[in-house]
Amino acid sequence: MADIRKPPVDAVLVGFGWTGAIMGMELTEAGLNVVALERGENRDTYPDFAYPRIADELTYGIRNKLFQNLSRETLTIRHTSKDRALPYRQMGSFILGDGVGGGGVHWNGQHWRVLPEELRLRSHVIERYGRNFIPEGMTIQDFGVSYQELEPYFDKFENVCGTSGKAGNLNGKVVEGGNPFEGARSREFPLPPLADVYGATLFAKAATELGYHPFSEPASNASRAYTNPYGAQLGPCNFCGFCERFGCYVYAKASPQTTILPVLMKKKNFELRTRSHVLRVNLDKRGRRATGVSYIDAQGREIEQPAELVVLCAFPLHNVRLLLLSGIGKPYDPKTGHGVIGRNYSYQMMGGVSLFFDHDKPMNPFIGSGAGGQIIDDFNGDHFDHAPLGFIGGGYIGVIQTGGRPIQQMTLPKDTPQWGTKWKQAIKENYLYSLNMMTHGTVMSYRDNYLDLDPTYRDGYGLPLLRMTFDWKPNEFRMTEFVTNKAADIARAMSPKSMVVKIKNPGDHYDTRAYQTTHNVGGAPMGTNPQTSAVNRYLQTWDAHNVFVMGASAYPQNIGYNPMGLVGGLALWSANAIRRQYLKKPGPLM
Amino acid sequence: MPGRRDFLRKTAILAPTALIIACGSSQSAALPLAAAPAYAPKYFTQDEWSFLYAACGRLIPDDEHGPGAVELGVPEFIDREMEGAFGHAAAWYMQGPFAAGAPEFGYQLPLKPREVYRAGIAALDNHCRRQFNNNTFSGLETAAQDKLLTDLESGALDFEDVSGKAFFGFLLQNTKEGYLADPIHGGNKNMGSWKMIGFPGARADYIDWIDRHGVRYPMPPVSVSGQRG
Repeated sequence: MADIRKPPVDAVLVGFGWTGAIMGMELTEAGLNVVALERGENRDTYPDFAYPRIADELTYGIRNKLFQNLSRETLTIRHTSKDRALPYRQMGSFILGDGVGGGGVHWNGQHWRVLPEELRLRSHVIERYGRNFIPEGMTIQDFGVSYQELEPYFDKFENVCGTSGKAGNLNGKVVEGGNPFEGARSREFPLPPLADVYGATLFAKAATELGYHPFSEPASNASRAYTNPYGAQLGPCNFCGFCERFGCYVYAKASPQTTILPVLMKKKNFELRTRSHVLRVNLDKRGRRATGVSYIDAQGREIEQPAELVVLCAFPLHNVRLLLLSGIGKPYDPKTGHGVIGRNYSYQMMGGVSLFFDHDKPMNPFIGSGAGGQIIDDFNGDHFDHAPLGFIGGGYIGVIQTGGRPIQQMTLPKDTPQWGTKWKQAIKENYLYSLNMMTHGTVMSYRDNYLDLDPTYRDGYGLPLLRMTFDWKPNEFRMTEFVTNKAADIARAMSPKSMVVKIKNPGDHYDTRAYQTTHNVGGAPMGTNPQTSAVNRYLQTWDAHNVFVMGASAYPQNIGYNPMGLVGGLALWSANAIRRQYLKKPGPLM
Repeated sequence: MPGRRDFLRKTAILAPTALIIACGSSQSAALPLAAAPAYAPKYFTQDEWSFLYAACGRLIPDDEHGPGAVELGVPEFIDREMEGAFGHAAAWYMQGPFAAGAPEFGYQLPLKPREVYRAGIAALDNHCRRQFNNNTFSGLETAAQDKLLTDLESGALDFEDVSGKAFFGFLLQNTKEGYLADPIHGGNKNMGSWKMIGFPGARADYIDWIDRHGVRYPMPPVSVSGQRG
């Protein structure tokens, strides 16, 4: 039983990162009284990200000051449903956000949309390659929404963020300098591309010589001073090299703090409550409608917050856990393939090449931005014929130099010892002259990769942790081998002194220790069929019409790009449906 | 150089806290450590401190390529980390049950890092006493020390109370951290490692150099504290 029952509000937001801020803005604009509940602390550019303290690799980059403290809550992980899952005790392969701004504080700002064919992947693959091209056990689905429908919302989110880039397709016309493979944009990026570091120019030159199509990565790191449609102001990125894992001290990286909160926090119909940890969404007796949420406040009291509308805006893994803990939607059962909550959890597969140059080519690796660099998209999506290759998906290849922070980002040649004189000699000789190229690839969804509640391990409130069952599959090994070998060709054309190609190989298992990517997606997939999706194409749960679930938990499988552009676009698309349709006539939108 | 290393080693056994002064007096002016008061460990005992000096000196030795971990104050860094959130595993999930798993699932022991150090050093020194005529690790020749560290790393040397691999893993991780982190954390004295590799530290503003392709950045490092290298 709750200790305190708060007065009802129109809408409650669970989690106050990017999608919480977007929804807060949209729903207050619609005149609703909105309360956002954030389990972490409040934080802002000043004082939390202020220079010089933020330029401290150990505190932020290694000891994870801005991330979730796992001591009270984490998840468990195993490779197959036959294994016993073990807790993710330390941050490793992905880094969970916490506090106001969430992951939107310490992301890179790699701001992609999605490829049009990826939103209807299952249909697209069947049309081009036939039904038999989809291997047994792969459960890819269509998103249920089209690129054209989402375009105005992608555009809006980029203009909120002040994204730097160069269009490659304007209203269906391929234009020089951008990504020729991208979906059509209705207008140019709000800001021109960031300047390139030396290594990115070498990559672009080599890629061009090989016949590929390099372009500047869309970056929500402002290349110029910018005022967004809300009136929030950004300053130009100064390539400080402390971006991902850090807050931006120069107001250049788009985050809730820099783009939305200066306006939202002043609104009288908006209230933020930090250190408020939501335990569950409360449902009415029939279980068909939410009555609000229950949370533990900063003083440890259980609070009931009644609300007409509940929007889950937490990280995908947490959204899924809340749905399971609240009993919204049928939990997924991998044995039968029935149920939807926890279904189609997916990830991304990273590869890359490390290049080492002669001492007449210093790379100055510490000069970096979160998302500035050169990319090719020639081997992403369906931009090449998959028929002879026997896999679905792909990835982009690029040089994004995000910094040369020496503890985490030291790159050394093959067979360098881990310690001793030879290690020291290697860091001295290679630090300034090393460059990394990455391959950033899709992971499909599978019947036996999923999320559920752990039967053993509990959080600090006594509730079951989320359990992830996930491992790599043959399709992804084939994808990464193909794409990463293309990257190696480009690397060779850049004439390094030596190079190391990093490819995951069949037999490798998902390794939770080393950082890979925080693009954990799925578990509450969107779609048009309630048997295979947790939320409909407006991100509304099928089971309780006044519960909406934001974020990449809605992806039925992963895309090749970083997820935030699509996540922001989907949130705005969902907000529009709430404002235009749902509020006028609350009920199922499909 | 071997003579100096022997001197360091023996001094470490006899009077570890005097080492910094001894080290400073035998080193070039680039390491103005003689002026700094010797650091007194807050977590480690004198025996443990001797081990830490010896081990850090082997993991990142002082040699012709640049300063070593001991010269840059890494033992102090590690001691400070033991007293902080890292040593106490304050941000890790440390609830049981604890079960062994494949290496891909990471650290799964109930011991906090500071407990791993304590148990690991004791177990290693006990092993050394039995194998090396009652000598502890810090009293051994460097070749023998390197062999022991290599065996810990590979798992060839393991202990009943604590995983030798986990112990070595923390030791190596923290030694590199102390060597490469900002001096505000106690290691990387005078930004010695940053000067060696060419990292400008906390400058964190390269708007004037982003277009200077292939030209080495000329400025020396700065620390978060404002110290200039």
